[in-house]
Amino acid sequence: MLQANDPFVSFKGVQKSYDGETLVVKNLNLDIASGEFLTMLGPSGSGKTTCLMMLAGFETATHGDIELGGRPINNIPPHKRGIGMVFQNYALFPHMTVGENLAFPLNVRKMPKAEVEDKVRAVLDMVQMLNFIDRKPAQLSGGQQQRIALARALVFNPELVLMDEPLGALDKQLREHMQYEIKHIHENLGVTVVYVTHDQSEALTMSNRIAVFDDGIIQQLADPVTLYEKPENAFVAQFIGENNQMLGTVQSVSKNIATVMLDSGDIVKALAVNIGAVGSRTTLSVRPERCIVSTKKSAAVSTLDARIEELIYLGDHIRCRMDVAGDDQFIVKVPNTSGQLGLEIGASLQIGWKNDDCRALDFKQPV
Amino acid sequence: MVDSQTVQLEPITAADGTPLKKKLAQALFRSRVRAVSLVLPLFAFVMASFVIPIIALMWQGVYNDTFSSYTPNLTEKLKVWDGMSQPDEAMYAALVVDLETARADRTIGRIATRVNQEYPGTRSLFTSTARKAKKLKAPFKDSVIKTNKKWDNIEVWRAMKITSQDLTPAFYATALDGRYTANQGFVSQDENRQIYVQLFWRTMMISGTVMGLCLLLGYPVAYLLATLPLRTSNLLMIMVLLPFWTSLLVRTTAWIALLQSQGVINDLLVYVGITADDARFSLIYNMTGTIVAMTHILLPFMILPLYSVMKTIPPSYMRAARSLGATPTKAFIKVYMPQTIPGIGAGGLLVFILAIGYYITPALVGGQDGQLISNMIAYHMQKSLNWSLAAALGGILLAGVLLLYWAYDRVIGIDNMKLG
Repeated sequence: MLQANDPFVSFKGVQKSYDGETLVVKNLNLDIASGEFLTMLGPSGSGKTTCLMMLAGFETATHGDIELGGRPINNIPPHKRGIGMVFQNYALFPHMTVGENLAFPLNVRKMPKAEVEDKVRAVLDMVQMLNFIDRKPAQLSGGQQQRIALARALVFNPELVLMDEPLGALDKQLREHMQYEIKHIHENLGVTVVYVTHDQSEALTMSNRIAVFDDGIIQQLADPVTLYEKPENAFVAQFIGENNQMLGTVQSVSKNIATVMLDSGDIVKALAVNIGAVGSRTTLSVRPERCIVSTKKSAAVSTLDARIEELIYLGDHIRCRMDVAGDDQFIVKVPNTSGQLGLEIGASLQIGWKNDDCRALDFKQPV
Repeated sequence: MVDSQTVQLEPITAADGTPLKKKLAQALFRSRVRAVSLVLPLFAFVMASFVIPIIALMWQGVYNDTFSSYTPNLTEKLKVWDGMSQPDEAMYAALVVDLETARADRTIGRIATRVNQEYPGTRSLFTSTARKAKKLKAPFKDSVIKTNKKWDNIEVWRAMKITSQDLTPAFYATALDGRYTANQGFVSQDENRQIYVQLFWRTMMISGTVMGLCLLLGYPVAYLLATLPLRTSNLLMIMVLLPFWTSLLVRTTAWIALLQSQGVINDLLVYVGITADDARFSLIYNMTGTIVAMTHILLPFMILPLYSVMKTIPPSYMRAARSLGATPTKAFIKVYMPQTIPGIGAGGLLVFILAIGYYITPALVGGQDGQLISNMIAYHMQKSLNWSLAAALGGILLAGVLLLYWAYDRVIGIDNMKLG
């Protein structure tokens, strides 16, 4: 029997290879709690979709176990797993009406006709598409098809729903709207959702936890706030939100604060998160909105000389591209407050940050 | 509102004052001329080599003026004859005059052949009487009957009355195992002379069987082609297309080598012990041979449309069906198969229509009961030289094909068809 604290879905040492030469998924260990909204986020080719397909049963794990509700499901075919799935291109059956599409999972379960009818209507009502019951999928817009695909994945009351970049084909506005809608459906129904996307803002908006994938490995698994505020490595810092990265060498570490000499020769302080011994290389990461711009050097924070290269006025803030420590792509977001310093192109300033806002991470050569 | 309507009444003009429509037509003229000139050679070729011959031949099916043009006097008399009363002296006189001229002009053979088509066994009656026509004296009725008693038979005269009509349904009646008679209209042919209707049915049946076999054999291959990785499917595709690169005759004769009683397959069956040496299967020169060879030859025409349809069905449909709880079989039947119907329809129609017109293969491997209607058409074109009957048979076949298209359009919709 499943205990309250036991994970609902569990990947245990899962590996996957397609060609027998390279691993697409390398040693995946992941527990997903019941009722959780977990997002697998990563660039294309990072192995996230492969993980989803293994969970759905369309790909077999080369090594390791996948458990669902405490049972290993490696040898259970997809149609017996009872997992709802929403596909990227919706995969609504084109020869069936909306109603027939929704009735399909119920009919294959040999549910009585009256009950099928009730359930189909109820789920259509939930996605506000009751008027479209007799339409063919081709007669619906992308957003409407998306809702039907969602309804079809939910109509047979699965405990787990998988979504493979379901909003990828929609325009920006509709995508944002659907994000909230999926989030609300998840909250109301209490189903477990595993969501795959490469869009970090989508992941941040919807998820309880996010697993950031790269190169077949989960780089970091955390809630959205932690992921943004405390990235564990240079890839996550780069992938989630915007950040400025500087390369340097660790000179000394004391009380979690590392002193780093940048490649330009400047010496700065940063929070030691993921660095090696003294003398090792490191990547410093600082968010554009955490940079402090001033006209004079300060003793309290690390400061560097900067020169404004470009200014972009964005209303609520001003985006400055600066030349800092030999990098002319250094971005700083300056809040649009009344006490603005006279920002102008070519002006020389000092930028700095609190020690905690600059994270010393693993060394990664920027591309 | 009122303003805009008054403006609408004025024709819109281009900047130089000419009406916009005229200007547009001028601007498009060059591209239209180019489009037409690109299509024109093919259009002319198709008209000259396909459309016009078909129309001309179809016309022969209902129009034949051989008799009336060579026997002008008799035709005139036959026109006014009621077909019931005994032929009178004037008609016999006209007959003698026309036979005499026909013999001199050497057209008697054509006349005799034409009447013989209508009333078999009268050919020699005409040729022999024509030889004696010069010596015949009045009263012609008696002297003509004296040369051959058949001239007293009113059926001969009725046959001549029918053949004297240029525009006649007689060939279509024959093609449908009937006869068009002067006194009774349409009657059905004697039982032992009925061949065409049965042949039409056999053609339909064999074509249907070939279509069914092609679908049965081609569907899994097309599915493999559409789902296998590109490298493997390319190799398979070459194997599917290989027959296209081999001559039709070579393929057909290859089947003769395989299927004949001393052939590879029978030898193998005897060797394995399935059949005795003196009881070999007759696999060729019968319906079996026709069906086997035609199925092989027409298979690509089924596979290619099926493949092109299956290629467009994303694998996510099957996955979706499985994730929704359908077993692989159920997902295939309920989700995959319905989406291949346009391909099944196109392939089926293509194979069926090619099959009902098939000629060389049944002629080579069909033997007696493997012949199709097209072999009979060829016989009438080449051997019996009854082009009108050939045209009538062809017309019926064409009507059948058009009917099939119509039915297909009603059931599946012609715009649903995908050929590649």
